[in-house]
Amino acid sequence: MDHETCHHLLSSLSSYVDQDLGPELCAEIERHLAGCENCRVVINTLRKTIDLYHVTAPDTEMPDSVRRRLYASLELDDFLK
Amino acid sequence: MSNSSFPSEEFSLEALRARDKNEFARLVEASSGAIYRLALKMLGDQQDAEDALQETFLKAFRGLPNFDGRSSLSTWLYRIATNEALMLLRKRKVQFVSIDEPLDTDEVEQEPLEIVDWCCIPETELLSAEARRHLDQAIESLSPNLRIVFLLRDIEGLSTQETAQVLNLSETAVKTRLSRARLSLREQLSSYYGNIVRREAAKGD
Repeated sequence: MDHETCHHLLSSLSSYVDQDLGPELCAEIERHLAGCENCRVVINTLRKTIDLYHVTAPDTEMPDSVRRRLYASLELDDFLK
Repeated sequence: MSNSSFPSEEFSLEALRARDKNEFARLVEASSGAIYRLALKMLGDQQDAEDALQETFLKAFRGLPNFDGRSSLSTWLYRIATNEALMLLRKRKVQFVSIDEPLDTDEVEQEPLEIVDWCCIPETELLSAEARRHLDQAIESLSPNLRIVFLLRDIEGLSTQETAQVLNLSETAVKTRLSRARLSLREQLSSYYGNIVRREAAKGD
């Protein structure tokens, strides 16, 4: 394993996942990934990490009591549905 | 990617600047859920999150007549909320000197140490109550500078440009911090899920 390349590419992996890299760097990463099992695992688990946070984000809901107190503090009680 | 949680174009800026209560109530209804979530994940405490939420909208209401429309309404609200949350964090820091300071990952990329492919763990384990606690704890362990970038980009879905506007940072700085935040979270989740993979593998032996 060419560990120096892994290290060199590490800071670009996040932008790679976002498809936000120039074609040259993108191609360099893909060439490296083809031969580096460790970096493939890092990329896959990085994607999965982001995905898990996306999936669970909507689960955090504002409790109704918090919403009522917010409307009260803004004197918007009349608009509470 | 630009799918921030609430669209600004549906509101009448004219009515909002005139502090029309009806229009303001619509804005609160559309945006308070996202602002609460940001505050809660930033502060990790329900009472603090509620305080930041109320303060954000009180300040927004006061500031509306001067809203110049150069940024979108959502960017403007996120900026007020971010400042509130960071201020509460600073206050808390003065009150309590913690010996458990979060690992300072601001300056470097987290070198991957946990190389375990845990992507194939069943959904029920990936999203169990215990796993969700680890997801939250991992966010809390990030330094505030990295945490806020991660929350705005990956939880609230703001674009790099919008995040840069909210935080008054360059887009390059946003990308760098996002990269460090994500790699740090990946490391922590790999440590947790990696144990599950090893446990399952041991059962199979």
